[in-house]
Amino acid sequence: MEKRKKKKRSKDQWTAIAFLMPSVVLLFIFVYGFIGWTGYVSFSNWNSLVPDFSFAGLKNYLYLFGDFRFQADLRNMLFFTLLFIALIILLGLSLAVLIDKKIKGESIFRNIFFFPMALSFVVTGVVWQWILNPSTGINNFLKTFGIEPMWYTDTNILAGFRWGEIEFGLPVAIISVVIAAVWQLTGFALAMYLAGLRGIPDELREAARMDGASELRIYRKIILPQLRPITAAVIIMMAHISLKIFDLIYAMTGPGANFVTDMPGVYMFETTFRGNYYAQGAAIAIIMLLVVAIFIVPYLWNNRRADK
Amino acid sequence: MKKKLWMFAVLFFVAIVAAACNSDDASSDSEGGDKVEIFSWWTGAGEEAGLNALIEVFKEKHPDIEIENAAVAGGAGTNAKAVLASRMQGDDPPSTFQVHGGAELNESWVAADKMEPINDFYEEQGWMDKFPQDLIDLVSKDGDIYSVPVNIHRGNVIFYNKKVFEENGLEAPTTYEEFFAVADSLEAAGITPLALGDKEPWTATQIFENALLAVLGPDDYRGLWTGDVAFDDPRVKEAAEIFGQMLDYVNEDHASRNWQDATQLVANGEAGMTIMGDWAKGYLAHDLGLETNVDFGYIETPDTDGEFMVITDTFGLPKGIDNVEDTKKFLAVLGSVEGQDAFNPLKGSIPARVDADPEKYDQYGKDTMEDFKNSALTPSLAHGSAASEGFLTKANQAVNIFVTQRDVDQLVQALMDASSDL
Repeated sequence: MEKRKKKKRSKDQWTAIAFLMPSVVLLFIFVYGFIGWTGYVSFSNWNSLVPDFSFAGLKNYLYLFGDFRFQADLRNMLFFTLLFIALIILLGLSLAVLIDKKIKGESIFRNIFFFPMALSFVVTGVVWQWILNPSTGINNFLKTFGIEPMWYTDTNILAGFRWGEIEFGLPVAIISVVIAAVWQLTGFALAMYLAGLRGIPDELREAARMDGASELRIYRKIILPQLRPITAAVIIMMAHISLKIFDLIYAMTGPGANFVTDMPGVYMFETTFRGNYYAQGAAIAIIMLLVVAIFIVPYLWNNRRADK
Repeated sequence: MKKKLWMFAVLFFVAIVAAACNSDDASSDSEGGDKVEIFSWWTGAGEEAGLNALIEVFKEKHPDIEIENAAVAGGAGTNAKAVLASRMQGDDPPSTFQVHGGAELNESWVAADKMEPINDFYEEQGWMDKFPQDLIDLVSKDGDIYSVPVNIHRGNVIFYNKKVFEENGLEAPTTYEEFFAVADSLEAAGITPLALGDKEPWTATQIFENALLAVLGPDDYRGLWTGDVAFDDPRVKEAAEIFGQMLDYVNEDHASRNWQDATQLVANGEAGMTIMGDWAKGYLAHDLGLETNVDFGYIETPDTDGEFMVITDTFGLPKGIDNVEDTKKFLAVLGSVEGQDAFNPLKGSIPARVDADPEKYDQYGKDTMEDFKNSALTPSLAHGSAASEGFLTKANQAVNIFVTQRDVDQLVQALMDASSDL
């Protein structure tokens, strides 16, 4: 009896594996295979239209890390990601808490905040490029208050100091891009947090209230700790978007004066398909992959431990 | 039941693999036949009309040959070039494609051995004395000719607002000294002297290359690209200094504008001048409805009288296409007086042939055709004729940094570093 059951189960498993095989094989070829190929190209001398696969060692990587544009890209990517994720968590959580108050017309609010997510980054980029245009955009209104920010054309670096080839600090222009990205994706964090809040049983709050805790204290001590896994998920989802961002930048600002709004994705595209520096482009792709992996791998690792 | 599932899984897998292999065959099948596929980035108003007029001329002559207009929009051709690069490397070339004469053709596709030489075709068509020798040199490598030029644009032109100049009692500048005097007067009058839109940095590179041409003269300017003149030549530095000085006079929001937006500043009198290739004339005259020599005037950039920065669109014959004869018929029309006179008046360029009919062109066209015959022709860096795309990409990056930082030595050093990619 026992034996038969076991055998049966393994047959089921074999069927499942057979069904999984095609997608596994395709994934191995078209995802992992090409990652490997990109890695291979990044160590080659293929920097013109004529393929040249001779081994170049770390040449392409060394070039990039000494390059003004790539250093600027790493700086921009860092500050963009930090600002973008911080704002999205702050705004998403606050809005979710307010909507969770069971206000009238809740679904309308939810949809209003969620709707920008349905747009393509290209649309968002073009719209915000117009809104934040220093001479024809929102400045026409701000002028009446006597302020005229340069938005994404501002080349200043806040709290900057010289590091390597570049001035390291917060590029003012990146704030414009952050505004556009936050506008687009806050709805996502809102939806996640709202679902999280709904998952917290009312009994917990009731019990706390019975014990005489203030509303603020309830949020700080009970609700927020419960939302920690949601925050982790939001960070992971948003980090991999912001680290790889291309379309928003490309449509909205381009690389920008002095590369203040450039990102590795944009550099990768331009150097590969305009400059024909295929090996350098591949090296940028691999660096981007590694940076994203820094975020994703600990998360996957954690999940695996949790599953066990 | 289990067995059936198994069978299904195996069949499913086989089907996917088969489909993956099959789709290759299918696509190469559909490429055959008589269709001549013309690949370009001509999707703007005037240029698309010009291309369609050219296709009409071809259809009248060869009604049996089908033409496919495969134009890719955007980015002044940069998107199209990316698509072209992947098609060429995947051995799926279009029948013929738009490419700027010079390095963009010679140092990339010809160097990669992807183009067929067409010397015999030139002889057969009797074209050897119909195009200027400087121009034939621009589409040749090691004595072999690789493409047919269809049009000429000029890169060293200042367009200026005539009314603004008249109101302030100014004359169009012919030297840099005059240019800076004019710029000072305009600034004093509260008008932006020089409109620039360098959201795409080639517009700034174009100002720089004209300064290089002015300081070095045509021979040594060409020498930069052949390696006869090094980038640490003091005159390169001098040109960079002039370029930096000119940038003191541009509109503050230059980084948010493209060349059309910058040209608009001149059109509505907010700015006095702009330096742009003469496609800006088409934009001013047709899109903005201004009158040439009444609303706006034109003059070559300072100190480049008798010099002509050439941007030429050409079409060649890629290796590995299967309708060579039909494509040659198209190239024959493209290089004919009739074809060029159908295309160019609409596109707003001048014909590459020296024997075209000037009466078909407006005053600007007639003037430019005259200049074209009598000037030293030099290849444009900003438009890929002077140096490889690799060098150009790095030069554009260096110029982009220079526009903000104005560090002359850094610019020269960046050009030196990049010159190994020439």
